[in-house]
Amino acid sequence: MDRSPESLSWVQEKIFLGKTFREYLKSNLTLSNSIAALILIVAIPTMAYRFVRGLGPSTNLSDINPWGIWIGIDMLCGVAFAAGGFVMGTAFYILGLKEYRIFVRPAILTGFLGYLFAVVGLIFDLGRYYRLPYPMFVSFGVTSIMFLIAWHVALYLACQFVEWCPAIFEWLNMRKARQWFYRLAVGATIFGILLSTLHQSALGAIFLLAPGKLHPLWYSELIPLFFFVSAVTAGMSMVIVESSLSHRVFRNQVAHIDHGHFDRLTISLGKAASAVLLTYFALKIIGVAHSNSWNLLFTHYGYWFMFEILGFILLPAFLFAYGVRWKNVRVVRFTALLTVLGIILNRVNVCIIAFNWNAAVRYYPSWMEVVITLGIITLEILAFRWIVNRMPILYDHPKFESSH
Amino acid sequence: MLRKSKVRIAAMRMNRRKFLGRLAATGGAALLGRASQAIAIDNFPGYRDRYGVLVDTTLCIGCRRCEWACNEWNKLPNKPIKSFEDKTVFDTVRRTHAGTFTVVNRHIDSNDSKPVYVKKQCMHCEEPACVSACFVKAFRKTPEGAVVYDASVCVGCRYCMIVCPFDIPAFEYDEPLTPLVTKCTFCFDRISKEGGVPACVNICPVESLRFGRRADLIKLAHERIRNNPGKYINHVYGEHEVGGTSWLYLSAIPFDKIGLRTDLGRTIIPKLGKTFLTAVSVVLVSWPVLFTGLYVFSRMSSKSSRENMPSTKMKAGKDG
Ligand code: SF4
Ligand code: SF4
Ligand code: SF4
Repeated sequence: MDRSPESLSWVQEKIFLGKTFREYLKSNLTLSNSIAALILIVAIPTMAYRFVRGLGPSTNLSDINPWGIWIGIDMLCGVAFAAGGFVMGTAFYILGLKEYRIFVRPAILTGFLGYLFAVVGLIFDLGRYYRLPYPMFVSFGVTSIMFLIAWHVALYLACQFVEWCPAIFEWLNMRKARQWFYRLAVGATIFGILLSTLHQSALGAIFLLAPGKLHPLWYSELIPLFFFVSAVTAGMSMVIVESSLSHRVFRNQVAHIDHGHFDRLTISLGKAASAVLLTYFALKIIGVAHSNSWNLLFTHYGYWFMFEILGFILLPAFLFAYGVRWKNVRVVRFTALLTVLGIILNRVNVCIIAFNWNAAVRYYPSWMEVVITLGIITLEILAFRWIVNRMPILYDHPKFESSH
Repeated sequence: MLRKSKVRIAAMRMNRRKFLGRLAATGGAALLGRASQAIAIDNFPGYRDRYGVLVDTTLCIGCRRCEWACNEWNKLPNKPIKSFEDKTVFDTVRRTHAGTFTVVNRHIDSNDSKPVYVKKQCMHCEEPACVSACFVKAFRKTPEGAVVYDASVCVGCRYCMIVCPFDIPAFEYDEPLTPLVTKCTFCFDRISKEGGVPACVNICPVESLRFGRRADLIKLAHERIRNNPGKYINHVYGEHEVGGTSWLYLSAIPFDKIGLRTDLGRTIIPKLGKTFLTAVSVVLVSWPVLFTGLYVFSRMSSKSSRENMPSTKMKAGKDG
């Protein structure tokens, strides 16, 4: 495109990526977009159905099983995966590991969107979604762990938005506002890390109050710690998975990054993840020892438990170590994916499979719940792509100074 | 004119300040978690004169009139009292649902294969899990002993259902806009009045249900056990379970045989979250100190290596 920027309208430049409307539409006729469109064509009417007819007709939720995949996957996994934001924030701002710089902005954006869409998922799940702000403004259940989470998620969303603002204003070319938020961002990041530590673990603490319902192999006084430590592994692995995908999808945006350097960073993240996974594994074992549930290991649930902790905690810990030892970045990437899957398995176990394990009626999601979850994930990916294509997330804006 | 508006503004300011103050206070509480409040719950001996109901399952004849009376008083969907004599409902073990605050289930005594009928409803716990779990304080334990629900603030998150050890609260899943959590109210609108007795207790034809002060009922229960050697299991269910409940049960056969969980122990459920909430305050105080230290340290050590940082500048992306 050799049109000079002056001849483009604002909309053309900012929204249509410098193309005319027609060109822009044409450029969007891709395979991935068709898949996304297909999912949304089914998901959006289903979402409408949920609101018009209520939870009963659209979900398999019941009085025995009040929580399903919207909590287990959308909320618990969504927030765990968003941990990349605070993990990278800590590495970069607090520990001063400046070489991780290229991961910071994408991780913060993923974090923000992760939380935002976790809340979107929650809106589908809440019986009275329109009262979402009640714990902040109307009635305060201060003894509730959920109250803590509500406040933290709200504040954390605000923090991450502030952290993301510099990129927005760089995109809009608003110097003053950008400078202003740029300075605020460091503070917001540090406050955000604090909040993150607390509510990642609080999400686990929710289940502290259900000792008779969660299977003893998963129920533990240490569950807040499990959730926190596993969120750290989730955050690191997500950064690896997402950055390697981004580097493929947004190839021309990262042309400046030296691949060798990027691979080295990926491997060093894998090294850290390996250590954290080992810690997590040790904690899990301490958990079993603590509640003395060794005898339960050789039951059906026991095998399932071992499948989780051996296959998705211990194995990736070793695989990461292997990848680091032999500088094999592909092994590290694969292992990151394995860890991510392990987190999903863990959250689904705690919230659904090992929950109400002794109840007569078991829960499995309805197709509408699945479709809505898929729809939400699709919207999140589209939002991520829309933003990355426009704002300086993967690269530094040439007109703005780069040092933090 | 001018003065009026000034006054208005002052009032508005005042309100705003109040509001902000309140917000700050709750914000602080939200961040810190009210560990201190949770501790207060534990040590609180409870209101002395609070009520309870003693359910003697050896007396219940399974007429289900209590179900009818409950529906009637609480304006729940109801059927003619005659239809409650239908015994086929006992073929399945039921639980409470939206529109059903109480159910009577039939269990079979394996010794003499005689039926044992057991009424089920909210236990009105002394240390209710539901109260401590609700993040908008929709549940409250009244001095009378009832645990009551305030629909005007409930968000419908259903956490109360997750934490209730007796699986009592139910949800109006088929209500798209204003679903409620429903459960037995202990007929709070009756027992809070002088001489009031719950509707179910009132109708019971065989005095299987007995309403009174909880302390008296516990005494009575132990008396019955003592005076009828061999008749009852020597345990008053609810005296200590999950820290005590207002509704108490007597049985001739082990409680887990009549649908009452015996694995709950004396664990006070709200207490389980307390350690965590305490840890939250510790983290909140210590983290910033730790972070600042690390931050200062990393600043000092990174000054020298600044120049070696790889640059990541480039032009904006071009495809959508
Ligand atoms: S039985 Fe359940 S609903 Fe009733 S007071 Fe106890 S915790 Fe709350
Ligand atoms: S469903 Fe309502 S009453 Fe139950 S915990 Fe949530 S807000 Fe509180
Ligand atoms: S106390 Fe009242 S609300 Fe509760 S079961 Fe009896 S009649 Fe129903």
